[in-house]
Amino acid sequence: MGYDRLFSMLRHLILASLALIFLAPFIWMVVTSIKPEDEIFLNELRIIPERFAGYENYRIALTETPLLRFMLNGLIVTVAIFLSQVAVAVPAAYALAKLQFKGKQVLFIAILACLMIPPQAVSIPWYLLMYKFGWLDSYAGLVAPFSISVFGIFLMRQFFNTVPDDLISAARLDGYSELGIVWKIMVPTAIPALISFGIFSIVAHWNDYFWPLIVVNSQEMLTPPLGVVAFKSDEAGDSYGPLMAAATIIVAPLVIAYLLAQKRFIEGITMSGMK
Amino acid sequence: MSVASVTSLPVKNTVLVENMSAVSREQRSAWLLSLPAIALMILFLIGPILSVIALSFTNWQLGMTNINWVGLDNYREMIGDSTFWKAFNNTLMYVGIVLPVSVIGGLLVALLVETRMAGKALYRTLFFLPVMGTLIAMSIVWEYILQPDFGLLNMVLSKFGMSGENWLNDKDTVIYVLAGIGVWHQLGYNLILFTSGLLAIPCHLYEAADMDGVPHGWSRFQLITWPMLGPITLFVLVITSIKAFQVFDTVAVLTQGGPGKSSEVLLHLMYTEGFEFFRTSYAASITVIFLFIILLITVIKIRFIDKRVHY
Repeated sequence: MGYDRLFSMLRHLILASLALIFLAPFIWMVVTSIKPEDEIFLNELRIIPERFAGYENYRIALTETPLLRFMLNGLIVTVAIFLSQVAVAVPAAYALAKLQFKGKQVLFIAILACLMIPPQAVSIPWYLLMYKFGWLDSYAGLVAPFSISVFGIFLMRQFFNTVPDDLISAARLDGYSELGIVWKIMVPTAIPALISFGIFSIVAHWNDYFWPLIVVNSQEMLTPPLGVVAFKSDEAGDSYGPLMAAATIIVAPLVIAYLLAQKRFIEGITMSGMK
Repeated sequence: MSVASVTSLPVKNTVLVENMSAVSREQRSAWLLSLPAIALMILFLIGPILSVIALSFTNWQLGMTNINWVGLDNYREMIGDSTFWKAFNNTLMYVGIVLPVSVIGGLLVALLVETRMAGKALYRTLFFLPVMGTLIAMSIVWEYILQPDFGLLNMVLSKFGMSGENWLNDKDTVIYVLAGIGVWHQLGYNLILFTSGLLAIPCHLYEAADMDGVPHGWSRFQLITWPMLGPITLFVLVITSIKAFQVFDTVAVLTQGGPGKSSEVLLHLMYTEGFEFFRTSYAASITVIFLFIILLITVIKIRFIDKRVHY
């Protein structure tokens, strides 16, 4: 019993100190975002600031650069990507799972092969394509290359495979068209899978830096990660208070959503490894 | 008899025709439903990957109107380019640290979290948080923490009587610091994967071990837990190494490959060559090397996953 007690305490001691290290950047970010400048440059470990400067730091973060605009861009881009991925992937996934056609095997192999392509490896041709289409520095340029998610097709196909064929035959007898079956029969059964995929897709593209960095130039098109970097180099310089406030604002939406719906988020994010 | 056969013939035929048309209708709708996906796959994935490979054998640069086939020239230049080898070695170094530390660390923390009920859910939540935080924004926070004069890390170190470094500006420490941030970002992800692996181990195996008198601790881990975690471990190894090879965000924000190329990595080199110096075909050849490494890891994964390692 004594040994068990000791182990229990040791376990908490190790886990809690590790967790503290893992959380430290988040804590320090939020703490600094409410600190006045003179306390930031003080060379001493102070967690609770003597003077609360949260209001001015967040005001500077929100007014010196159009941070809310960047957030709106992030929202528009992530939602547009997710919706187009669903519109493209779901019908194809249905065809692969439930219909017989020549070339099905080839198509499926092509999808498995495309799963291996990391997006960074095709960024040069994407850039040239966006240039040809006149889509550089636009929402279209940020969204279009990601409108095809082979992972989405793969995932939805796996899910549709489990839907009983009888359901589809019955719908056909009821006079549903194939497209009607996709959106009115298949999609409603796949809501949990779609939510997981949505979380995966939105988190990945909210946090993406590589492609937006290449395709976007003008300030009004910046996504949140580009925005916070621009804020650092243009406005903030060494004013860490407002900079940490900006970082907090950009990190907050996903972290809050995650804390509210942990299970779904963990499912959605770790799913990306399942491909 | 003959009458019957004559009348039955047309009926048979219409059934056959109807079947044929149903089959061809299914074919047609299947292709129509897949068409957008196929078109976009060709436009944005298959076409681009082939053109990157083709581009790497030319001398084309962004804005140039003529394009010449130069065979292996880009690759020859790459072999003689000391910056490429620095980037290659640094990337290997980075993966060489992030892979073992975040995989073994993730496993150990998962085991420790799962041994007792108390605080289980809370610990899982906390360790997963860095996976959720936008890495670019958190990199800026890390830069501030690592700031030599008033950064958190050096302040804490001085409390313990140690003197800190100028972490990001020292060519001897910078890649370790970046790898440390990589571990911070990846460990929680691996922890969750290992946790799901642990939860999938059937209880009766441990009950059987109880009956056979297998002692708790190491021997039980060796006998049951570790073999049962085989498949998921391979999975974690593959995912972590692919992610680690893709390191870019932290380098782009914190060091730009410096000081003196001591933190240059493959993707960042490809980005600067392609989109800052516009040496497009040379960047394409770096991309091909990067792609080759990723494909190699994926092929290993497919081979092993198919064999299902243990069981």
